[in-house]
Amino acid sequence: MSNDHDPHGNDDHELRVSKIRDGTVIDHVRGGQALNVLAILGIDGTRGEELSIGMNVPSDRLARKDIVKVEGRELSQDEVDVLSLIAPDATINIVRDYDVVEKHRVERPDVVEGVLSCPNASCITTGNEPVTSRFSVLEDGVRCSYCETIVREDIASLIDT
Amino acid sequence: MRHDHLITSKQLSRADIESVLDYASEIAADPSAVADKHAGQLLGLLFFEPSTRTKMSFETAMKRLGGDVVDMGSVESSSVKKGETLADTVRVIEGYADAIVLRHPKQGSATMASEFVDVPLLNAGDGAGHHPTQTLLDLYTIRENAGLDDLTIGIMGDLKYGRTVHSLAYALTNFDTRQHFISPESLRLPREVVYDLHQQQDGTGIREHESLEEILPSLDVLYVTRIQRERFPDENEYQAVAGEYQIDVETLEDAREDLTVMHPLPRVDEIAPEIDRTDHAAYFEQAHNAVPVRMALLDLLLSDHEADEDGETGDGGHDE
Ligand SMILES: [Zn+2]
Repeated sequence: MSNDHDPHGNDDHELRVSKIRDGTVIDHVRGGQALNVLAILGIDGTRGEELSIGMNVPSDRLARKDIVKVEGRELSQDEVDVLSLIAPDATINIVRDYDVVEKHRVERPDVVEGVLSCPNASCITTGNEPVTSRFSVLEDGVRCSYCETIVREDIASLIDT
Repeated sequence: MRHDHLITSKQLSRADIESVLDYASEIAADPSAVADKHAGQLLGLLFFEPSTRTKMSFETAMKRLGGDVVDMGSVESSSVKKGETLADTVRVIEGYADAIVLRHPKQGSATMASEFVDVPLLNAGDGAGHHPTQTLLDLYTIRENAGLDDLTIGIMGDLKYGRTVHSLAYALTNFDTRQHFISPESLRLPREVVYDLHQQQDGTGIREHESLEEILPSLDVLYVTRIQRERFPDENEYQAVAGEYQIDVETLEDAREDLTVMHPLPRVDEIAPEIDRTDHAAYFEQAHNAVPVRMALLDLLLSDHEADEDGETGDGGHDE
């Protein structure tokens, strides 16, 4: 399972982003989505998180990919699940002492709660009700569990920050 | 039927629907058999939007079961005006009433409200969302007039905003039906609804049209809804389409003799009054069916809930 060499030989490009000691490398994020990945993880740098970000790096698998490296933090499964909504091809590498100890693909969850807000202004969840947003995950989008609105494009814009 | 709440017609199986309709026709045949069944029980009516017909039929149904109603009154005179959340309102009313009927302008309101209460909650319309009790009385009327299998139904008018249409279309996928949706381009079924219909059925039974003409002769039932002027940005656009979706005796010349014409009412000018006197008209009958159907539903939900409460006393009850 452990494999710290990219079989597609992207090492040159990877060098642009510094190696981390302990933490998570989120690779194969669709080009331009890195900042949304950070938004989903609730990382904005204000709490002193050590981050490296590569954006629009050439990639064999995706024409352009983003890479996010977070020092000192291992992502929970919940976080990884939600990432899948905007970065369905992402691979998650858990790094300990400069070695990739775990590498896995994201998996799409059935439901995401409290992460996205509904774009439908007539939805009960957009008022001041004491309710947590809930979306079911479809093959090609997400759907509000309350008003049933389907969102296919720009899911990142619904991220509750 | 075994549900705690009735929120959407999607939650109803064919067996659920048939059990409600069968029971409703038993009640219609002999209302006295259930006249005291829910004596002493109270139904809470929470109408955040006016709807005289729906509200009165629920009130009548509960009273005919021997029970009574408590009514929140108009939104203007209630605590809602002071900014109370719906979640709080239903939790308060839960302490007064044995079941709650909710009509609210926001989509998803009934789903949310049902998460806060233990008493049965019936969705009587949540914005452009669902109106499942209307659907059951529509199905009852269709079954009485044309049967529910091998049925070809045309649903015409404002299909975009018409929650009664969406609820009905979902429910009909449980049966062997061909559904034809007839509307102006701008008032077609929402893509969400089309998506669901394709999920529920393979989609082969669903067709969309802009004109009634070509499919009228094949219809067993024509379900007409109102096209509202205010849906159109300008009056000319409305005038251009409105006439096409109004029916009179002449329109129906090509229809089958046993065509059933339905409408959830109120109508304005969609159906000419001259049709009232023909055998096609079933819309007043449809309105009257609201009472036995809502009696059947209330009885089923209240009785189920009582059985649950009795069953739970043995294991210490529930935690709320
Ligand atoms: Zn919503």
